[in-house]
Amino acid sequence: MKQMICPINGTRPIVEFTCGGDLQSMPDPHCGDTVWADYIFNRNNAPTIKQEWWCHTPSNTWFIAKRNTLTDEVLCTYLYGQEDV
Amino acid sequence: MPLRLLKFGFSKTYPEPRMFRSPDRLKSSYDAVIIGGGGHGLAAAYYLSRDHGMNNIAVLERGYIGSGNTGRNTTIIRSNYLTPEGVKFYDQSVQLWQDLSVDFDLNLFYSTRGHFTLAHTDASVRTMRWRAEVNKHYGIDSELVAPEDVKAACPEMDLNCGGHTPVLGALYHAPGSIARHDAVAWGYGRGADQRGVEIHQQTEVVGIQVEADRVTGVATSRGQIATPRVLCAVAGFTPRLLQMVNLPSPIYVHPLQAMVSEPMKPWLDPIIVSGSLHVYVSQTARGELVMGASLDPYELHASRSTLEFAEGLSAQMLELFPFLSHVKIVRQWAGMADMTPDFAPIMGKTPIAGFYLDAGWGTWGFKATPVCGKTMAYTVANDKNHELIQDFSLDRFKRYELVGEKGAASVGH
Repeated sequence: MKQMICPINGTRPIVEFTCGGDLQSMPDPHCGDTVWADYIFNRNNAPTIKQEWWCHTPSNTWFIAKRNTLTDEVLCTYLYGQEDV
Repeated sequence: MPLRLLKFGFSKTYPEPRMFRSPDRLKSSYDAVIIGGGGHGLAAAYYLSRDHGMNNIAVLERGYIGSGNTGRNTTIIRSNYLTPEGVKFYDQSVQLWQDLSVDFDLNLFYSTRGHFTLAHTDASVRTMRWRAEVNKHYGIDSELVAPEDVKAACPEMDLNCGGHTPVLGALYHAPGSIARHDAVAWGYGRGADQRGVEIHQQTEVVGIQVEADRVTGVATSRGQIATPRVLCAVAGFTPRLLQMVNLPSPIYVHPLQAMVSEPMKPWLDPIIVSGSLHVYVSQTARGELVMGASLDPYELHASRSTLEFAEGLSAQMLELFPFLSHVKIVRQWAGMADMTPDFAPIMGKTPIAGFYLDAGWGTWGFKATPVCGKTMAYTVANDKNHELIQDFSLDRFKRYELVGEKGAASVGH
């Protein structure tokens, strides 16, 4: 089975993880309906290397994974805000 | 004997009849270019040439005809959806399906089986009743039935599901059917080809030219084409095409897997679906069980299959049909499903003039093939959205007018 590295719990099977979607920054909530709709709905979903939120479900650890969405290769995982550590 | 057969095979006197021609070069311009030689694209080409008198059309296909989701689905056709928009649309499609074999002069093996959607919880019984009422209001044959009715139609089923998720009722949809999916692509392809449409296989689109918000041409792996109209019907490749024209969209791509068992004597007449167990299954004319489950849980632009899927789906199947424990799985595969946030398609005109979209067909596109072809042909020919697809336009997200189709298959609600 495919495996993923949780920054806290180490290498675990992929079924223990849940994908939480793209890492993105929220615009100011007063930005107006058009910008807000763009933020909540639109994505550039062509295959690329993405930063995504993932959760190790048994321990409820949320972290960021850099993943190639064409080949399903996980390049690295790290806790939010600790990319360079 | 085998030698004679071989000689016959190579003989020029009795060549194998081809379904459509393979033109050896692209013309420099077409009235319309359809990207994607699956059921939807070919159906649009067929209706454009048959009903709208447009036959200077090229269908561009990156692989071969029907190699995408048209040949990868589990061939179920039904119209018992939940929203009025969905019900009206799919019902049109079921009606078109019923005459298609005659229309094409080709046997699609369209087989009306009846379709049971099992409910294992009180909440799903309630949803089934809601769906039945919406369906009946629009004149669709759909009703809530008791577990005994399910047992009568399918005596082999363990209604207790091993004790943990007993069947409490089901939504029964008598017109639910299956059809041979490749034949649908071939039938539409042949019909379009006879009316002058050119089908170019092994032709990949590498760019789309847009000038002043208007489509002017398409760059392909076999050369440049000028055209004022482009219909994009490429399912899981939609985000890549939209990137070429710089259109943002809410479409996300997940693989959807399926598998078939070895052939058995016929024992399963109806189509059985269980949302709670994530199973849908039907038996083909060849005797194989065709089974599907739910979407893979994260975004991926590849049609790979996984062992987890085969194991998980087999376990769920055994809850319903314990006697299948010795049956072998012979094939599994996946398709790329282009999902939308409201489980409804994205169809029609876009902010770019001449660029039409038939996308967001996620896990529910095969059954809609004929009606998509018809409505998209109308839309492309008249540059005006057909009334049946008005609720499915791309700008509904900007206006927060989502459709909310919870009757869709293979997705959790």
